[in-house]
Amino acid sequence: MDTLEKAPPVKRDRPWLIRTYSGHSSARASNALYRTNLARGQTGLSVAFDLPTQTGYDADHQLARGEVGKVGVPICSIEDMEALFEGIPLEQMNTSMTINATAPWLLSLYIAVAEKQGADISALQGTVQNDIIKEYLSRGTYIFPPQPSVKLATDVITYTVRNIPKWNPTNICSYHLQEAGATPVQEMAYALSTAVTILDSIRDSGEIAAEDFADVVGRISFFVNAGIRFVEECCKMRGFVEMWDRIAEQRYGVTDAKLRRFRYGVQVNSLGLTESQAENNIQRIVLEMLGVVLSKTARARAIQLPAWNEALGLPRPWDQQWSLRIQQVMALETDLLEYGDLLDGSPVIAAKVKALCEGAEAEMARVAEHGGMVRAIESGYVKRELVASQTARMRAIESGELKIVGVNCYTDSADSPLTSASDGGIMKVDPAAEREQIERLTAFRARRDPEAVKQALEALTAAARSGANVMPASIACAHAGVTTGEWAGALRAIFGEYRAPTGIDGVVATRSDSARIQALRERTRNTGEQLGRPLRLLVGKPGLDGHSNGAEQVAVKARDAGFEVVYEGIRLTPHQLATAALEEGVHLIGLSVLSGSHAELVTEIRKELDELGLSRVPVIIGGIIPEADAVALKAAGIAAVYTPKDVDLNRIMSELVDIIRNANGLDPYEAAA
Amino acid sequence: MTHHRPQEPDVAELAAAVAAGSRHAVATGLNWIDDRRPGMHRRAGELLSRLSQDRFAGDGHIIGLTGPPGVGKSTLSAALIRHWLHEGRSVGVLAVDPSSPISGGALLGDRLRMLAGNDDPRVFIRSLANRGDYGGLSAEVWPMSLVMQAAFDIVLIETVGVGQREIDVASFSDTTCFVLQPQSGDTIQFLKAGIMEVPDVVVVNKADLGIAWQKTVADLAGAIGIAGADDIWVPPVVPTSAAAQTGIADLAHGLADHRAWLVAHGRLAPKRLGFAADWVLKRLDQEFGRRGLARLGGEAAVRAEVAASPTTAFEQLDRFSERLGAATPATR
Repeated sequence: MDTLEKAPPVKRDRPWLIRTYSGHSSARASNALYRTNLARGQTGLSVAFDLPTQTGYDADHQLARGEVGKVGVPICSIEDMEALFEGIPLEQMNTSMTINATAPWLLSLYIAVAEKQGADISALQGTVQNDIIKEYLSRGTYIFPPQPSVKLATDVITYTVRNIPKWNPTNICSYHLQEAGATPVQEMAYALSTAVTILDSIRDSGEIAAEDFADVVGRISFFVNAGIRFVEECCKMRGFVEMWDRIAEQRYGVTDAKLRRFRYGVQVNSLGLTESQAENNIQRIVLEMLGVVLSKTARARAIQLPAWNEALGLPRPWDQQWSLRIQQVMALETDLLEYGDLLDGSPVIAAKVKALCEGAEAEMARVAEHGGMVRAIESGYVKRELVASQTARMRAIESGELKIVGVNCYTDSADSPLTSASDGGIMKVDPAAEREQIERLTAFRARRDPEAVKQALEALTAAARSGANVMPASIACAHAGVTTGEWAGALRAIFGEYRAPTGIDGVVATRSDSARIQALRERTRNTGEQLGRPLRLLVGKPGLDGHSNGAEQVAVKARDAGFEVVYEGIRLTPHQLATAALEEGVHLIGLSVLSGSHAELVTEIRKELDELGLSRVPVIIGGIIPEADAVALKAAGIAAVYTPKDVDLNRIMSELVDIIRNANGLDPYEAAA
Repeated sequence: MTHHRPQEPDVAELAAAVAAGSRHAVATGLNWIDDRRPGMHRRAGELLSRLSQDRFAGDGHIIGLTGPPGVGKSTLSAALIRHWLHEGRSVGVLAVDPSSPISGGALLGDRLRMLAGNDDPRVFIRSLANRGDYGGLSAEVWPMSLVMQAAFDIVLIETVGVGQREIDVASFSDTTCFVLQPQSGDTIQFLKAGIMEVPDVVVVNKADLGIAWQKTVADLAGAIGIAGADDIWVPPVVPTSAAAQTGIADLAHGLADHRAWLVAHGRLAPKRLGFAADWVLKRLDQEFGRRGLARLGGEAAVRAEVAASPTTAFEQLDRFSERLGAATPATR
C-alpha cells in the first residue's frame, strides 16, 4: 500500500483489479494464503476450487480420489466456505470464483456465509465465472446436458441482477477457447455467440421485464486470454469492444453506452508457457499482459497472471508473488496509466481490428446458421473447428514453422538455478489433505440436522423440476448443511449427465507424405501384422480434470500414424479405463492427467488392470508431471512419461510402437526416428 | 518372428466361459477372431464351432443400427442400452467406424458417446474400424456378433451408412434399423437409392427439432406403407428424440415386434443360416472373385454346404480355399 500512497502527482488512471488465481489443500490453508496475498498488495481475491467441487462431488466420492485439494480448494459445505473467508469481511471484498457447473451452489454458499457474517447482501461485489458453454469445448467441468445447464446459468444471472446488483454473474470466457487452440477470430466469434445465446435465453424466459433488460446486458462480463502475439491480441481486445457495443445496441436496443461496455478480466496464456527453459515464461507473461493493458479504450478490468513454472507443476507462494509483482510494476512503476489511448488513429491497428471483426462476424453467422452456440456445440461443429486449429498449431510447432524459443529452436541451455532447489521448483500438496478433508466432511455430516437437509433438498428438487429459479432453494440448502455432492446429486437425478462431442472425428489426416510419417506408418502396420491385428491404442483421462486438448491431439496423431485409437474421453474411473482396455482389446493405454493426481490414479489403474488379467498391457502417461514423479511412475511400471516439453509427436508415436513391441516380445526398431 | 506367445486359454474352456457371460472370455474371443495369424484363425474357428448351435438358431436378438453421419445414432444407442438394462437384459455392442484411407488408422469414439458415464457390467462394447471395407462392416463383424450373441441377450451393431453398399449391416442382423433425421432432405434420396427397401424399422430421430418430423414421418410411411399381406413385414416409422428421451420405448417395442414376427413366421433360423453363408461368400469373393465362386459350383452350392453347419463357417471357408488351391485366406 505504501507505493500507492507515494504515487507521483501526475493524474493516473486507477489500475485494474490485481488478483492471483489461488487455492489448494484445504479451506484453512487457502484462507492463510489469501490473507498473505492481500497483505502483499493484491486488491481482490480469485478462488481456485478443486475438481470435485467444480464437478459436484464430495471429497469421499470415488471419482474424487487423488483430486481433493489438488488444483484448488475443496469446498464440501458451508463449514468449508466459512473457513475459507474467516477474517475476510465479504462486504468489503471483491471476490472472483472460477466456478461453472456448480456456480449456483458456490454462490449460494458465499451468500450464506455473508449472511452469517451479517453483511448487506446487496452490497456484495465480485464474480462467478458461470460460463457453462465453454466447458463443453474446453476445460470440461460440465455436469448436465447443455439445455438445463444454460437454465442454471441464467438463474444465477437473473437472481443477482435483482438481489446483488454489483455482482458480475457471468464471465463469458474466450480464455479457454484459446487454450483449446482457437485463433483470435474464433475466440471473438465463439465468446460473443455465447453471450448472445445466454442473453437471448434470458430475454425469452420472460423472467426479466423488458425495461430492465438493458441492466442484464450491462452485467455481462468476459474473461479473455492473451497470447504472445501481443499486437494482434491488443487488436483483438479493441475488436471485442467494438463488436459488443454494436451487438448490445443493435440486437438488444441498449441506449445507455455505459451498459454496452465490453468489461473483461484476463488471465494471460498458459498454453504457450513452456516446460523447457521455463524462466523464459516470465518475459512471455509480461508481453502477453501488455496486449490487454496497452489500449486505454480496451483495457482489462481485472488481471491475474499465471506463474512462470505452471508447465512444471503447482506454483509455490513465491512464484505467485513474482506474478503479482509483475502487475504492480506495470501499474505503479511504468507511465502507462498516465496517458490517453496510445493507439487511436493508427491505420495499422485500425486495419487489423477491422479484419478481425469481419472474420469474427462471418464465423458468428456460421454459428447462427447452426442454430446458436448450444446447437453448434451439440452437433460438434465448434469443437471440430477448435480441434482443427489446435492440430494445425501442433503441426506448425513440429515443423518449426511456428518458433518457440527453447522448445523447437535454441534448445541448448545452461542448468537453471530456479529448478535445482530441493523442491524441484514447484509446490507439493500435502498428501494428507484428502484424508483430512474427508474426516472433516464425515464429522460435518454427523453433526447436522438430517431432517433439515432432507427438506432443503426436496425444495431444491421441486424448484428444479418446476423450472423455478434454483437460487433461493440453494441458499436454503447451504444454511441447512447440504453438501456439494448432495446438491449436484439432486440435480443430476433430474437433468441427467452429459458427455460433450470430442471433435476429433472431424480432423482429416495429415496429407503429408514425408518420409518420416511414411516410415512410421510402415512400422505401425508391420508390427500389427506381426501381432496378428492392427495396433490398438486406448486414450483417456482418469480423474476429474477435463482439459482434454492434449489427449485429443495425441489421439489424432496416433490415427495419422496408423493406430486404431479408441478415444474414451474425460472423467473416467480407473475401473472404467481398465474395463475399456479389456473390452476393446488394446495393445497400449495412454493416459492424460494435468491435475497433479497422476500418482494416485496410475497406481489404481495398474491395480485394476492386474485384476482383469491385463498386467501385460503397457501404460503410458502424459501431463504436467514433475521430473521426480516421472521417475517414481516409471519405477511403478509405467512404460513412458511425456510432459509439455515433448512436442515431437512423430518421435512419441515411434516410441509407442516400440513399447508395444517390447511388451509383446518383439525386438525394437532402431531408436533413430 | 521370435516373439513368445502369451499363454492362451483352452478352446473348450473359453467357449464355456463365453456362454457363461464372462467379459474376459468375450474379450479374448473377439481378439482371436481379429487375429489374422493362421494359428489364431484356426483357434477362432474352433471357438465358433463350440458355441451353442441352439443359441445360434433361436436365441438372442441381433440388431443393426445404421444411418448417415450426424443423425445421432450413438446417442440413440445409448438410450436403447439404458432401456434394455432397465428391462434387465445384457447388451453387447459392435460399433463400426471408418478407417482413414491415408494412414490406415482410425479414431473410434462411439464408446464414449454410448456409455456417457454408464458403468453397468451388463454392457460390453467393442469398437471396430472398417479397415477399408466399403461395406461399412469389417469382415470380423459377423463372427464377433456370434461370440457376443453367445454371451449377451441383445447384440447391437452400429455402423455409418449413407449409400446402398454401406448398409451391409442388414446381411448380419435379425432386425435392421435405419436412422435419419427430419429436414435432412435426404429422404427422397434414400428412397431413390433403394435403401428404404432394406430396413425393418425406420427411425426419425431428433423429433424435437420441430414439426418437420411429422412431414418426414408421413412421407416415409407413405413410401413404405403398402398394406401388407400377413407374410409381409411393414416397417414401422418411429419418431424419437434421443436427447429428450422420447420414443425410445416405442423403438424398443418396434425392434422386439420384428423379432417376434420373424419367429412367428419361422424366419429367424433361416435368416441366421443365411448370415453364415453371406459371410463365407463375401470372404471368398474378396479372395478369389467371381471365378473362384464359379469353380466351387456357384453361390447356391456354397450356401447349401454352409447351411449344413453354420457355426463351422471358419473351417468351411478354409476348405473352400484349399479346394481353390490356396492356403487359408488369413495368410494373404
